[in-house]
Amino acid sequence: MAELSLREAVGRAIAQEMRRDPNVVFMGEDVAAAGGVFKSTVGLLEEFGPERVIDTPISEQAILGAIMGASMTGLRPIAEIMYSDFFAVCWDLVVNQMAKTRYMTNGQVSLPLVMKTGNGGGLRFGAQHSQSIENWAMAVPGIKVVMPSTPRDLIGLFAASVRDDDPVIFLEQKALYASKGEVEDGEIVEPLGKAAIRRQGGDATIVTIGTMVPRALEAADRLHQEEGISCTVIDLRTLIPLDAACVLDMVSATGRLFTVEENPRVLGWGAEIASIVADEIFYDLDGPLVRIATPYIPLPAAGELEDKTIPSVDAIVETIRKRMG
Amino acid sequence: MSMTYAPGEPTQPAGAPPSLQVRLALYRRMVELRVFEKRVYDVFLQGLVKGTTHLSLGEEAISAAYGEAMRKDDWTFATYRGHAHTLSRGVPMAPIMAELMGRRGGLMAGKGGSMHLTSVEHGMMGSYAIVGAHLPIANGAALSAKYRKSGQVAVCFFGDGTTNIGAFHEALNFAAVWKLPIVFVCENNLYMEYTAISAVTAVEHPAADRAGAYGLERILVDGNDADVMYETATRTLERARSGEGPSLVEALTYRHAGHSRADPGKYRPDQEVAEWMQRDPIDIYRARLLSQGVDASVLGRIDSDVADAVAVATEVAKASPPPGEDLIMKDLWSDGSSTWRN
Ligand SMILES: Cc1ncc(C[n+]2csc(CCOP(=O)(O)OP(=O)(O)O)c2C)c(N)n1
Ligand SMILES: [Mg+2]
Repeated sequence: MAELSLREAVGRAIAQEMRRDPNVVFMGEDVAAAGGVFKSTVGLLEEFGPERVIDTPISEQAILGAIMGASMTGLRPIAEIMYSDFFAVCWDLVVNQMAKTRYMTNGQVSLPLVMKTGNGGGLRFGAQHSQSIENWAMAVPGIKVVMPSTPRDLIGLFAASVRDDDPVIFLEQKALYASKGEVEDGEIVEPLGKAAIRRQGGDATIVTIGTMVPRALEAADRLHQEEGISCTVIDLRTLIPLDAACVLDMVSATGRLFTVEENPRVLGWGAEIASIVADEIFYDLDGPLVRIATPYIPLPAAGELEDKTIPSVDAIVETIRKRMG
Repeated sequence: MSMTYAPGEPTQPAGAPPSLQVRLALYRRMVELRVFEKRVYDVFLQGLVKGTTHLSLGEEAISAAYGEAMRKDDWTFATYRGHAHTLSRGVPMAPIMAELMGRRGGLMAGKGGSMHLTSVEHGMMGSYAIVGAHLPIANGAALSAKYRKSGQVAVCFFGDGTTNIGAFHEALNFAAVWKLPIVFVCENNLYMEYTAISAVTAVEHPAADRAGAYGLERILVDGNDADVMYETATRTLERARSGEGPSLVEALTYRHAGHSRADPGKYRPDQEVAEWMQRDPIDIYRARLLSQGVDASVLGRIDSDVADAVAVATEVAKASPPPGEDLIMKDLWSDGSSTWRN
């Protein structure tokens, strides 16, 4: 058992998979000699050498193309796209190439690859280094979308992503890099498509993911203490595949659904969840489906502004208190 | 050593000419590509092929030569103009024709269509319809060959227009930095879709003139001369296989038809078209073989064999049933399903 930060978990996750399988290679900008701009990949070059841990030019299309071609021909490559905002310059490789190739070729081509990236806001970086791309990714049939909220989950879900035979976008929430958690020794693998129930309560179900998980948990504690409202908190962990069954079970039991989403509201993943719930268990509901999300704007940089846009613990408590009233 | 070609002065092959066996194979392949694609044109007009097709009529020497020179386990990455490149890897005609017709017996059971022909078992790693995207992908295959020390080479075909998209430049630099076993083959047919490449490009030779920017040799060759192309293919494949790194080949050629089925090609001057029709790669090759003593009956036999094979393939394709709805929800994921939630 050790206490690890999410940042440290990234390095351990990659090393775990590279030790296990010589076909795993890792590339990205500044990831090898410098150990990554978030210092999450320090030591990998020393352990695995320059043929497996590769510093690339600033060529996002070349990077994603390289892992796609390598994965078609026997390797299990991992690429880092430094900030998820940068997917916008290589989105063709994701949407038109990786996502469509197996289907178009009638199953001839497998693409066991992982695209890991620093995602989300909260660090006062401004609009071009704070994007939440989970909704973009989820909207593309053929890409799995994973977003861990704890160091242990990061390792386990990363291992499953590398071992999966389909392309995965692996979202590391930058705002969580410094957060810590207990991680046991030895190999950790967690299945994709299985949500975690982080807290149980009878009055409402909060469905969330990533950076919003610790905020939702803190909000749930406060709601319990201050208002006597007891909430279940579901950490989805993966958006594709989606553990809809877990959501439906918990919302049926509590009768209320709140989503807490870091992404801009319009067409966010919570809309899909709300639509599934409305469609399939409408008569189990005791009140409206409520989405708590970042508004429909690019993220502002200054702390005072950014904190008022991304759902905060206060905002979550306030919304749930009001809407449950 | 570089080879250059200005229209009007055909280059001579630099090395020893290929063996007679190779030359007859090249001839057969080019005739196959020509007759097959003319048939595609016909069946399109008959309404048996929907959507679009992009033919390589007039450009056959390039893919035929590489197909002949490549090792069986080498990889081809091609564009939407990829029928010829697929045939050149030995993929049978009937499933290609059936794919164009959207039939169950198609190469991808009708799920890909004309622009996405793929046959992994033949090393045909895909036809890509977003301009430039497959150059970085081909690099990845080359990277994997290098990592696994397998001796395989990736060959990536694309057009002149593709040299102006960012992915081209990212891919060339990436391949050069890691000395990847890859050959980039620019089929310069002088036009992108409907615009002359010269009207929108800073240099005269869109690939060759940029090779130096990536530390690569300037290679400009006559893409309508099958012997030149075969020699170029052998040389560049050998360079890649021996660890010396990538090559960027610019092969000058011309398409006989429009860009795609929608295009009558009216933007090209009549005089230019007429000149290039005189430089038909198959006519040139046939005349050369005859002048070098190959018996006309040998070539005649190849011509009629190919015609028969294309006719049979067309009938096989026509007889294939439609794909069937069971395929729609299959093969999004590696478990064969398209399930995204439980
Ligand atoms: C990114 C992108 N932009 C535009 C197109 C539309 N398009 C299809 S083919 C083509 C021309 C490509 O020209 P070239 O590379 O010379 O190849 P050719 O068709 O002449 O073989 C264009 C513009 C596309 N498919 N992808
Ligand atoms: Mg062209």
